[in-house]
Amino acid sequence: MKFEIRITGLGGQGAITAGHVFGSAAALLEGKEVVVTEGYSPYVTGGWSRADVVVSDEPIDYPLVSRLDALVTMYQEGLDLNMKMVKPTGVVVAEQRLVDLSKVVGDKRVFPIPAADAADKLGKKVLMNIVMLGSAVALAAPRSLEPLKKAVMERFPKAAELNVRALDTGADLARAAKGRSIESLV
Amino acid sequence: MSSADAGGLKPGDHFMMGNFACVEGAILAGCRFYAGYPITPSSEIFERASVRFPQVGGNAIEMEDEVGSMAALVGASFGGAKVMTATSGPGFSLMMENIGLAYITEAPVVLVNVQRAGPSTGIPTLVGQGDMMQAKWGSHGDLETIAYSPSSVQEFFEFTIQAFNAAERFRTPVFVMADQIVAMMWERLRVPPAEEIEVTQRLVMEPAADQDRERVVFDYAKDFIPMPIAGRGSRVNVDSLTHDSRGYPTTDHGWSEKMTRHLAGKVRGHAREIWRWEEKFLEDAEVAVVSYGSAARSALAAVKYARAKGVKAGLLRLQTPWPFPDEVVEKVSRKVSGLVVAEINAGQMIHPVRENSRCPVVGVPWAPGTLIEPRAIVDAMQAVVAS
Repeated sequence: MKFEIRITGLGGQGAITAGHVFGSAAALLEGKEVVVTEGYSPYVTGGWSRADVVVSDEPIDYPLVSRLDALVTMYQEGLDLNMKMVKPTGVVVAEQRLVDLSKVVGDKRVFPIPAADAADKLGKKVLMNIVMLGSAVALAAPRSLEPLKKAVMERFPKAAELNVRALDTGADLARAAKGRSIESLV
Repeated sequence: MSSADAGGLKPGDHFMMGNFACVEGAILAGCRFYAGYPITPSSEIFERASVRFPQVGGNAIEMEDEVGSMAALVGASFGGAKVMTATSGPGFSLMMENIGLAYITEAPVVLVNVQRAGPSTGIPTLVGQGDMMQAKWGSHGDLETIAYSPSSVQEFFEFTIQAFNAAERFRTPVFVMADQIVAMMWERLRVPPAEEIEVTQRLVMEPAADQDRERVVFDYAKDFIPMPIAGRGSRVNVDSLTHDSRGYPTTDHGWSEKMTRHLAGKVRGHAREIWRWEEKFLEDAEVAVVSYGSAARSALAAVKYARAKGVKAGLLRLQTPWPFPDEVVEKVSRKVSGLVVAEINAGQMIHPVRENSRCPVVGVPWAPGTLIEPRAIVDAMQAVVAS
């Protein structure tokens, strides 16, 4: 089985970091074949950035994503530009304060997640990407969060507990989002 | 041969970026000096070297530009160090002059070129493979080039070690012709135990106390000549001008012939030992793709797709584009009805492929900036089979 996810945001939001965490958990702790490629605009900060992760049971030849099982976006253009790549069965996880979802009302693939607010409540804005990652995994690739938790603890040893809570928060928000319509937000 | 250096990455599985894996390979190969000028998409190599080299007793220094970087490497190489730099197209162009210096003075140097979209400064953050011919012909005068082309993070690690081994054995600059995709990709890296990594140590000239001006420094009768190391008691002359066996400049045609034959011959005469390639599905292939680097991953996907559609396709992946593995290509070309060369440029390695093939050879035109889509390679294969 092959799984493709794009995590995208603006420079500083941690989209690429979230991709590395997800990829390293799948590669080192779940024994999957994984390729993470990353892209960023030529600007220093504030430009777009993205991590693309391909996870497979088989060795991965073509390393880039082509049809997304999941799109995670933390900025408007991330939705506008990438929706066409999302499979009909795919999942779109959008930060609901940063992305205007009025154009995708009725699209059952789209789940708004209040990750920025959740990160604020956890005490650190920079946790938004990890909250989003927790939501994305819960919605698009339901599985135990344990490997991801190990990966964030390794990646952020000084803020291990906060990051683990951010993952759990993301998963909780995902469950809540399932029962909510976009219409109620726009 | 000896085993790899202590202080390297611990054996086992890591999840790592290609550029980082390159640095870890270099450390295990014994490299302890880096001189460079940062440039996208190679900068992570310098970044990690700046942290890791001091940890293992080495140095990574930032030079004023790429011209100075190569000059520093030639000097440090004659100081006895295993040395490296990393760059991308624009920096590669600036390094050409002193690549020639390393070649004629027989200084082992490893140069990693993370190719990006060109020409000129092109698109810094996106992929290209447009420097393949520059690697062979970029520095003036005849150069016999050794170059590796990795297709994965694992190979970027392994080929960097092999590049050092080749540089030290052949006393010549060796290139690792990577590209943005393979350099900035994260994959699993499996690091073997240090004792399983073969590392070539340089043949060093014995010190002589007599200050003999007639001493033979470059014995052109031999392929592999011990290298004089500065400060270890050998009085030698090292010159960028054509030199005789003592290292002194000469305009004598006989010495010119001996020197240039030696420089090219030590590589050409051992080309079969340098060549590395991978064959996939070639046993019954009627059409084959020739590719290298990240493009070869698209090629493999295309070959598998074509096979699923009933086309007997195969892949020849060139892991050492230079010296060009002519016999390997010729042998494959005799088995198939056509070859498709897939590379992220306007057609470069297609030329030596065509020169050495006994069947029609077509390219896949692909502008730099993104990896070739497998579809384009499949189309080319189908056209070859139909004709």
